[in-house]
Amino acid sequence: MTEPSFVTAEGVHRVLPGPVPVTLVREIALSIGAGEFVVVTGPSGSGKSSLLYLLGLLDRPTQGEILIEGRPTRALSRDAAAALRLASIGFVFQFHFLLPEFSALENVMLPMRRLGTLEGAAMETRGRDLLATLEMADYADRRPDQLSGGQRQRVAIARALANAPKLVLADEPTGNLDSRNAEQVFAILAGLAKAGRAVVAVTHNLDLAAMASRQITLLDGRIVEDVRTH
Amino acid sequence: MPLTLEIALTHIRERLRQTVLSVLGVMTGVGFAVAMAALMQGSQEDFIRRIIDATPHITVRDDFRAVPWQPADAVYGTSAVGLSSVKPKEELRGIRNPQPKLALLAALPGVAVAPTLRGPVVLRFGGRDVAVSLLGIEPKAEVRVSKLAHDIREGSLNDLYTTANGIIIGSGLARKLGAGLGDSVSLSSSAGTIRLAKVVAIVHSGVVAIDDATAYARLKVVQVLLDRPNVINEIRLRLDDVNGARALAQRIERRLGYRTESWEEINENVLEVFQIRNIIIYTVVGGILVVAAFGIFNIVSTIVFEKTRDIAILKSLGFTEADVRAIFVSEGFLIGSFGTALGWGLGYALCRLLGSIEIKVGTFAEQTGLPVTYDWRHYAIAAACALTAAGLAGYLPARRAGRLDPVAIIRGAA
Repeated sequence: MTEPSFVTAEGVHRVLPGPVPVTLVREIALSIGAGEFVVVTGPSGSGKSSLLYLLGLLDRPTQGEILIEGRPTRALSRDAAAALRLASIGFVFQFHFLLPEFSALENVMLPMRRLGTLEGAAMETRGRDLLATLEMADYADRRPDQLSGGQRQRVAIARALANAPKLVLADEPTGNLDSRNAEQVFAILAGLAKAGRAVVAVTHNLDLAAMASRQITLLDGRIVEDVRTH
Repeated sequence: MPLTLEIALTHIRERLRQTVLSVLGVMTGVGFAVAMAALMQGSQEDFIRRIIDATPHITVRDDFRAVPWQPADAVYGTSAVGLSSVKPKEELRGIRNPQPKLALLAALPGVAVAPTLRGPVVLRFGGRDVAVSLLGIEPKAEVRVSKLAHDIREGSLNDLYTTANGIIIGSGLARKLGAGLGDSVSLSSSAGTIRLAKVVAIVHSGVVAIDDATAYARLKVVQVLLDRPNVINEIRLRLDDVNGARALAQRIERRLGYRTESWEEINENVLEVFQIRNIIIYTVVGGILVVAAFGIFNIVSTIVFEKTRDIAILKSLGFTEADVRAIFVSEGFLIGSFGTALGWGLGYALCRLLGSIEIKVGTFAEQTGLPVTYDWRHYAIAAACALTAAGLAGYLPARRAGRLDPVAIIRGAA
């Protein structure tokens, strides 16, 4: 049985304006449901990251519509889109982008504190639990400059999961990691999908892509292949 | 603590040296603003207090603001005949038969009245001649309108009643002449009268112009010396409500016709100088605060520049533009607040220091400090200016931070 779709793209185009307009993605139509682990592949400049930013409401389509749980988002204000992102979407980037002045635990707690639905102690407990799940419990009080690349990426994943998002978007999360750490990160993402989240990851690594349940290939901003592997 | 404030604190803590410099800039601006305001208001109030204490609040003079209406005008003023070189009728100056006017003024509520005949005389002692202004006064009335009795350092005001031809001289005048209590001085008036007078008291008002060139004798003695029997040329008034002087002076002038001046009118030039001085000093202090604001602008701009990736990640996490703006505006306010708090301390310390500086005045070796007024409004105004400047200095880069496009930054970093 197909899971109900969490995020849907309908006829999405994104053109960067300028003296010579650049089309980032075109005619994107896809639907991603809970429990799916989707990998987006394609050559550099094919629009993979752009698609991810559109699905995560960081960017807006020039044409077409992104629906989150069936609700159109085009008319949302920036603040409303930010609120939706805070509560329902988690981002992981190639660079960890942790705040250097805060410890691992404090970084993980940032989205929870901004959302404000949990009390202080509950937030700390949840933050420590998330770090423990990613085998980072012993590093909770360390600052990012005291962690390795793989550890920082795990903290970034924990931060993305802080508000229990239904959609996790990972933009080349293994780009700066060695193969062992890269496999571990993908295994974690696969685990998140098994736990019922919709996970979309951009990667160049076809070996890692094989771990996904669905593989979308982009070329010149168009979906040229959309294959369910499991 | 709100999350945005906590992030702001970590940012400025990480750049401690820059932060300290900016805080010191604000502190200096606020500190000197408070000290200057305290000193300016203090000196202004001190001057006004001295003026109010030492001089009458209202003076009715034997003079008119406009040239009196001339008989030629009355006859030909509206006719077709043109008169040129009309010379006003010569009138002997003075308020003659002053008793009814004095009674009228004395009946006003909250008003004390004293008649005076003031005239120039030459005071001679030990071969030295000094031109002075001799005031003929009634001691009993005088104590109600001036601090003459209080300002007497040697002798007594009442000795004017017990000593025939007694005279009180100013402290500066006594110093110039080398005259002391009990000395006989010679008084010569323009009417050609010469009298010997005995110094019965020496007065020190603290106003140099008065102490150096003023002497006091009984009204009748001065009327005889100046050959002006039953004439006075000033009526001096002291009011319970000193702020009502200007309005009351106008009323009296309309009623009596004589030129009537309040203490504010007499000292208008000095008060204008105070205003100009205030503008200059506040401009200088404002300049210090503007320089401090540039320091804040600089540090917040640097942080925004350095933290563009953090701004992008905060936005990708779901922070709004307002959240990002709040972080950087808070940084400006934090620096402004720390600087203001320290500036208050510096300002208070400067006030204490300035107030403790002792200045010797006059021969009576009167010790006086710089006049400093402690007023919470100085602190509030300085803080408001500093925080406004800090807020603006923080807001401009914060607005830029809020508008940053996270996608462009993340793409640039990738």
